[in-house]
Amino acid sequence: MKLSQLGVGEQGIIKEFTDLEMSVKLMEMGCLPGEVIKVDRVAPFGDPIAVSIAGYQLSLRKKEASTIELV
Amino acid sequence: MKNKLRVALVGNPNTGKSTIFNSLTGLNQKIGNFPGVTVDKKSGLSKMPDGEFIEIIDLPGTYSLYPKSADETIVFEVLSHKENPSFPDLVVVVADATNLKRNLLLYTQIADLGLPVIIALNMMDLAAKGNMDIDVDTLAKRLNIPIIPLAARKSQGIEALKNAIQYQTKMPLQLPTIDVEAIAPDLISDISDLLTIENSYVALQIAHQHEHLKYLSKTQIDQIKILVDKHQFHSQKAQASETIARYHFINDVLLDTVKYKSVALEENISNKIDHYLTHKIWGLVIFVGVLFAIFQSIFAWSEYPMFLIETVFVWLAEMGHQYLPSGALTNLLIDGVLAGLSGVMVFIPQIALLFAFISILEDTGYMSRVTFMLDRLMRKVGLSGKSVVPLIGGLACAVPSIMSARTIENWKDRMITIMVTPLVSCSARLPIYTLLISLVVPKKMLLGFINLQGLALMSLYLLSIVTAILVAWIMKGLIRSNLKSYFIMELPVYRLPRWNNVGITMYESVKTFVTQAGKVIIAVAIILWVLASYGPTNQFEKITQKYQSKTYISQYSSQEINRLIASEKLENSYAGLLGKSIEPGIKPLGFDWKIGIALITSFAAREVFVGTMATLYSVDGDATKMESVREKMAGAIRADTGEKVFTTATAFSLMIFYAFAMQCMSTMAVVYRETKSIKWPIIQFSYMLVLAYISSFIVYQLLK
Repeated sequence: MKLSQLGVGEQGIIKEFTDLEMSVKLMEMGCLPGEVIKVDRVAPFGDPIAVSIAGYQLSLRKKEASTIELV
Repeated sequence: MKNKLRVALVGNPNTGKSTIFNSLTGLNQKIGNFPGVTVDKKSGLSKMPDGEFIEIIDLPGTYSLYPKSADETIVFEVLSHKENPSFPDLVVVVADATNLKRNLLLYTQIADLGLPVIIALNMMDLAAKGNMDIDVDTLAKRLNIPIIPLAARKSQGIEALKNAIQYQTKMPLQLPTIDVEAIAPDLISDISDLLTIENSYVALQIAHQHEHLKYLSKTQIDQIKILVDKHQFHSQKAQASETIARYHFINDVLLDTVKYKSVALEENISNKIDHYLTHKIWGLVIFVGVLFAIFQSIFAWSEYPMFLIETVFVWLAEMGHQYLPSGALTNLLIDGVLAGLSGVMVFIPQIALLFAFISILEDTGYMSRVTFMLDRLMRKVGLSGKSVVPLIGGLACAVPSIMSARTIENWKDRMITIMVTPLVSCSARLPIYTLLISLVVPKKMLLGFINLQGLALMSLYLLSIVTAILVAWIMKGLIRSNLKSYFIMELPVYRLPRWNNVGITMYESVKTFVTQAGKVIIAVAIILWVLASYGPTNQFEKITQKYQSKTYISQYSSQEINRLIASEKLENSYAGLLGKSIEPGIKPLGFDWKIGIALITSFAAREVFVGTMATLYSVDGDATKMESVREKMAGAIRADTGEKVFTTATAFSLMIFYAFAMQCMSTMAVVYRETKSIKWPIIQFSYMLVLAYISSFIVYQLLK
């Protein structure tokens, strides 16, 4: 299951990343394996999405969300 | 002066770093340049409790020492090179207490650089409200550094921070965080030997960042490259394992220093607000409403101050002409320098207001929602969600809008935004449009309710926006960038704006505009004045002699003669000769040499067009007397063909020319300042000129 496949309000636990370059940026922003990540909302035009992670809100494009593999 | 203590502020974006910087320095700030790089350096003086002044440097906000944008590269550049003129004696890491884990990542990196460091733990009030319990003393002991709790928005803790800065020792006391050498032991020792660096983490970062570090020589970079290859160092893999190790350390430290009780309260409120503000329909409706309100206010509130500024300058010019000895020097001072200066000053109210609104939008957190909502739409044409604000600001004035494009992290997105913003119809084009439309578009109603003149004006505005988007789309394919575009952005919780910050932003933007763009504008105004006031000497003498003859004196009043002299002198001035020399080039667009002069004189600023027309058509040189200019222009006849000069074809061709051509010295000056390269303003000027010429040509040939 990828983060991009979650619907609004759904949550999951980060397992790993499928893109090394993205993983480095995401981890710097607190997206670490083991963290709970929840989809809060989708932008009006369907992309990007807003997620709750590590106590704050982050927005990322769906393409980027598809590199996050969930448990 | 040289021994002044230098302190660098470092921290994540949205941590209140700029609030702390403003609290420490007040208006004692200056914006300069970091040598050799295209990043603004914000620094200021702060008075310590003991009366000594120290220098504070505000480094760009970043989530890590690994840079994601051009601005962020400066952080490691400054902190790792002792010879850098900004190298600090002490680093203050500003951390957001409500988001401690992510904020400590940057701290552990800074700590490992081996500089003396303290933490300013901001937003303690929010952390307490959010039922989060931080044991600051234990945390300070675990890291072995001073930690100062603050609530900077409420000005709490600033004095304590000043005390901590003042009493800080020159020795780094922090405990090591992770085993840096384990990441790449041989490479670190080789680089340390090569560059004689003592600190392992600096050596490791150089292994990652050597390609863009300005203080390394070409040979050094090549040598490091060889070492990196020799040890098969993989930058991203090393960075990933380093980040994971750092979070292990942080989790360990936080385990017995922070207790969470429930989800932060603020965030719940933000979530509820976002339900409406980023709603599929309401979100967009509210956004358009906010923009509408901002532009209404900018136009309405700046009208009176702008009028006041103009009045003051007109009065100054009158006083000058009355009391200063008449002569070339006085004319230069008043018609060149003073006129140029007033052209700059008159924009101050709009600039200050636009920046105040943008600063409020940013401060409250709404701007990141706009970016979030429109990113997809803008990405399709090669822009970013963050380009929306500069583009819309361009309707008022391109100058502050281009300055506001700084918030765009991606270099390519930012360049494209800067390149197309001047295409959006700004307020300076309005007088030209109104004058020309009233000349050729009948004051009629279409279908009984659509004002034809209004329709023409609106079409010009729409055309400008569509063109800007089209050009952006073309540039998307032309500009090469090896930086991958991505959109991982924090959505900060909503907060009330800090009026103090808004005030400082207004003050700083105006100061920057006046000092930077002002210099260029005045220089060009002086050159244009000289060109328009002087010509080949013998011709000027002939003109004066001609009007001294009895036939003229008996026929005209002295006022009229003066006007005729002025008109003929302009025709024979260097500017006039230039206008005539470009006439063959602009004839296919339907322009004669008089319009040519207007094109040249309004090169510095579009507004000059109306004034030049007034002078050329022997009306009082006063742009406010629009009606009489209009009549004279309507009656103007071409000398060669006997046809009207301002036909529908010529007027529309001219409007299109002004819509697309870069007739604005202030914009070019600010583009040069923002891109710090002469290349970009030249490219911009050229493409806009070509676009204007071709479009005008097509319009004229079609309507002729």
